Amino acid sequence: MYGEVLREYWMYRELFYFLAWRDVKVRYKQTVLGIGWAIIQPFLSMIVFTILFGKLGKMPNDGIPYPVFYFAALLPWMYFSTTLSTSSNSLVSNANLITKVYFPRMILPSSSAVSGLVDFSIGCVLLVGILAYYQMSPGWGILLWPLMIMPLVVLALGVSMMLAALNVRYRDIKYTVPFFLQIWLFVTPVIYPSSMVPEKFRALMALNPLAGIIDTFRASIVPEKPIDWQLLTGSLLLTVVIFSAGCAYFRKTERSFADIV
Amino acid sequence: MSNTAIRVDNLSKQYRIGELHEDLFQERFINWLKHGFRRNGAKPVETIFALKDVSFEVREGEILGIIGRNGAGKSTLLSVLSKITYPTSGNVKVNGRLGALLAVGTGFHGDLTGRENIFLNGSILGMKKTEINAKLEEIVSFAGVEKFLDTPVKHYSTGMYLRLGFAVAAHLEPDILLVDEVLAVGDAAFQKKCLNVMNELGGGGRTVLFVSHNMAAIESLCSRALWIENGQLHMDGRPKDVIEAYLATNTDTARLAADFTRIQARRGHGGVKFTKAEFLGSDGEPLKFISSGDALILRLHYEALQQIVSPEFDISIYSTLGILITRFSTAVDYEISLICPGAGWIDLQIDCLNFLPGRYYLSLTLKTQGPILHDDLEHCLEFEVESSDFYGSGKGISRYYGIVFLPRKWRLTTLPHQNKFPLELRYQ
Repeated sequence: MYGEVLREYWMYRELFYFLAWRDVKVRYKQTVLGIGWAIIQPFLSMIVFTILFGKLGKMPNDGIPYPVFYFAALLPWMYFSTTLSTSSNSLVSNANLITKVYFPRMILPSSSAVSGLVDFSIGCVLLVGILAYYQMSPGWGILLWPLMIMPLVVLALGVSMMLAALNVRYRDIKYTVPFFLQIWLFVTPVIYPSSMVPEKFRALMALNPLAGIIDTFRASIVPEKPIDWQLLTGSLLLTVVIFSAGCAYFRKTERSFADIV
Repeated sequence: MSNTAIRVDNLSKQYRIGELHEDLFQERFINWLKHGFRRNGAKPVETIFALKDVSFEVREGEILGIIGRNGAGKSTLLSVLSKITYPTSGNVKVNGRLGALLAVGTGFHGDLTGRENIFLNGSILGMKKTEINAKLEEIVSFAGVEKFLDTPVKHYSTGMYLRLGFAVAAHLEPDILLVDEVLAVGDAAFQKKCLNVMNELGGGGRTVLFVSHNMAAIESLCSRALWIENGQLHMDGRPKDVIEAYLATNTDTARLAADFTRIQARRGHGGVKFTKAEFLGSDGEPLKFISSGDALILRLHYEALQQIVSPEFDISIYSTLGILITRFSTAVDYEISLICPGAGWIDLQIDCLNFLPGRYYLSLTLKTQGPILHDDLEHCLEFEVESSDFYGSGKGISRYYGIVFLPRKWRLTTLPHQNKFPLELRYQ
């Protein structure tokens, strides 16, 4: 199945590029701040979290400055949540394409996933700036940061494909996703460090594939914080499973999209 | 030996009608409230066969026209051929790169500029970036939007939008091209341009499937025609034959004849009245449909209650806008001295109906000297004139060319060049 998927992507790679390019271009058209919004969102969230949870709530922070603590986790989280929101609706919002042209439908959620990476990269630049400000040098762990992008994208894509395919038939999905994402934010160690989670709940947390991924993102820039390999491995395995399930469900229902959308 | 470009075997496509209720919790709950636990026999799922058992083969290089009423299944057929939707049963085999033009401007995004949309649209239709780059200038000049190339498309007028969309699609070079009624929109000049493009594309040995309601276009462009009716392949043959058969069933045959005996609201003395009017072909048989340039006979039946001296028959033909196009009057070219009591009819023979396609209506008047009005029927018969390839040029005549057309010939004469310029000017 993977072979087929990759082959189709390759054949339609140019369309894939154009759709991703369209998403990026259109996102900030006619705005004054333009691509600046890519930085402002995580930046402002970081400030709010720092004040609310850090200063007021006195949340434990693994010993690193609050802004760094939050920003490192917010960046991948925002990527994940925006990708999920746009991708899950990508089939419905591109209904006019689906009913008039043939191309592998998987390109639609995928191009949303890829266009989100542009914002992510810009955020990374800001992260470097923040690290420099706090005079933190990450050490070898920093190599893990770019490596973790891959499972993040794969997970986002896997969940999006499943949701997008479901959304075509059951529009309830569109309304469920924001709510779903909010809950997901709370069960992922973004606001709190993973070390804060008590033993009996660790097993539950391990069921959340995003937990390991985001935790490792955070750990990669903090040399003092150890990488939780167990959690990470569990997350990676779950990611692969979810991706396969999403892919399979998508391909199974693909044939009927043009008829129901 | 030509190869098969498209092969369709027993293709059927079934759709469910009505809303997709699925297992909406809400539906079930409401049903339970209304009917309790009574086994109220779930509403049967209604389905419709958009296509039923369609089979045909298209050879490489054929230009195939597909006609049929709205809702017959033509667009569904194209959707299945271009893999947008899948057959419920049956087989479709396509050999070669397929380009489909099912809607103009697919994927256009309002916020992007014309240039950006050309790339986007071209890519969506299947062109490679290098291809689009190479043809960019051609596309832009075809669409005539050079000045607005870097303006967001949402500011374009409808005409510009259409021209741009079609310009991109016109430069697709697939092996097989499917075109779905896109020519129906746009002004007459645009339609002419589109037809030219289709002509050229077809000429290049490409296989073209063309769905349209424009009979003149089908007749002149296509080598073969399919008639799809109610999801089934009704007829497959030469365009002229298929179109004739199609028009014969579609034009309201009752319209080409009318019974006036029951009409009460008519002015006039009533000494003699019109009873019936019908259009006949030059062979004397009732016509099933009328086309531009036809030879026909309009037969007016009357009933005279008394002897009428010097009657005058008037036939006025109006366009739907109420413009009087022409009035035939026996007073001008056919003097009748007397009509005896009883029934009879008068024939008006027209050798060439110079009307362009459209809807027209008749008003009839019967007078005698006086003037005494015996019968006056306003707007008593409406008829439709169909388009035809009158000049045999491959270009259909349409309403763009006015209301009437005239038989004519063109002749061009060029004079030999005379060197009138003084020597000084020549060597400037």
